Amino acid sequence: MVSLLDIIGPVMVGPSSSHTAGACRIGLFARALAGGQPDHARVELHGSFARTGQGHGTDRAIAGGLLGFGPDDERLRESLELAARAGLTVEFHNAKLRGDHHPNTARITVTSGADHAVVTGSSIGAGRILITEIDGFPVDVTGALPALVFVAKDQPGIVATVTSTLAGQGGNIATMKVSRRRKGGEAIHIYELDEPAGEGALAAIRALPQVRALRAVPRIV
Amino acid sequence: MKTDSLLDAVAEAEATGVSLGEYALEGEAAAGLKSRGEVETALQRALDVMRNAVRRGLAGDLRSVSGLVGGDAARLRGLTGPLSGTLFTDVLANALAVQEVNAAMGVIVAAPTAGGAGVLPGVLLGLANRHALDDATLVRGLAAAGLVGAVVAVRASLSGAEGGCQAETGAAAAMAAAAGIEVLGGSPSVAAHAVALTMQGTLGLVCDPLGGLVEVPCVYRNATGAAMALAGIEMALAGIRFPIPVDEVIDTMGEIGRTMDVRYRETAGGGLAATPTGRRLARERLVQLKRSATSA
Repeated sequence: MVSLLDIIGPVMVGPSSSHTAGACRIGLFARALAGGQPDHARVELHGSFARTGQGHGTDRAIAGGLLGFGPDDERLRESLELAARAGLTVEFHNAKLRGDHHPNTARITVTSGADHAVVTGSSIGAGRILITEIDGFPVDVTGALPALVFVAKDQPGIVATVTSTLAGQGGNIATMKVSRRRKGGEAIHIYELDEPAGEGALAAIRALPQVRALRAVPRIV
Repeated sequence: MKTDSLLDAVAEAEATGVSLGEYALEGEAAAGLKSRGEVETALQRALDVMRNAVRRGLAGDLRSVSGLVGGDAARLRGLTGPLSGTLFTDVLANALAVQEVNAAMGVIVAAPTAGGAGVLPGVLLGLANRHALDDATLVRGLAAAGLVGAVVAVRASLSGAEGGCQAETGAAAAMAAAAGIEVLGGSPSVAAHAVALTMQGTLGLVCDPLGGLVEVPCVYRNATGAAMALAGIEMALAGIRFPIPVDEVIDTMGEIGRTMDVRYRETAGGGLAATPTGRRLARERLVQLKRSATSA
């Protein structure tokens, strides 16, 4: 059933649910992957984001998301200036991303100290988003649920260990996806959860020798 | 709650003797995601945001990001035209005001989208002012509008890129017509006729924004969309019945949208966007935006 509140809403900063609200959420996702406000972000705007993004405030919306502002936060309008003041440098480039991408797509590379994360996300209408790539791995994440994201060596048993750790802490997994670039290499793991993972579960998974780059992404949408 | 047929929803509401808005509020709560109180609180917040947006836009000092639009809502308020001081002019001014706020990156309620966000508050708050309606009544109006939007989403589309402007300001006008009937105390079947009478007037409306920006003609189309809703409300309350059932009118909108050329679906490839002046204005403004971004 379609909810009335999907129709009367969201409350958002204009002018466009796809070019502004959705773009902000892609920025929020990138911020979550960086584990907080990054030092630097390189943003590649693709398709309609590149062509009409400035007129729709897509650049400001993404910068606002990187600062942790939601789609209804009026500070989105001044986010470029606020980012500069907060020590976050953001550079925007128009790009033709390789492969098949939705017309409203941005790739954001966030840098925090020595750490990097790369996320590609599309704004697919009415402010909804679809994250299609993280650190070069193909994914499909909507941000509608809190998620655990990490990279692990492609070895048997890792999924069982992680799911039992989560279950042991009372966490319920809504969806789970493992995607790898080649056999025996590294795979990205994404667990969407009903509730955010507790500190105990995060620490236990982070301590697993196969696991690196563990990040907890809150619900974005 | 029926969201795949407005006729079914109307029949259910009338069978239980409740208004369309009341039916929608109960139905939303019965769906179980949120309690009735939570739904009302969310709609009250939407109403508050709409009110603030009208007030902000009527101040008259806003310019859009590109500089193409702004200040026209206030201009209408100051007018001494033939309809000056009437509900009609208030509604036009409110709709322009909200859409000017949207174009200036202010806070609005997408209803159903950002591009059509001026129509519903334009009509609803115009009626509220004229008839001294309380917020509980207006929240029921929003619920009725939401139900109509849900049916349009299921049977047709709420996206300009899919269905043209008839799916955005057209759908918003249909929603506003139902809201208007709700707050004025009309029955569910009168609301259905108001929706049909309004939507028949926006069928075929293309989405042709200059430079792809939600500015021209979007701001003005919110005002004319609101006018269409007033026409539908007035005719339905007078007892006029549209001969084509509302569900079939909604299906027609969907069918027209699916067969509409891509130039008229938010691509800035046709319509007003493709006129010589439309192209020139878009070019000038986009160049200016690039320049100001580089210097920032």
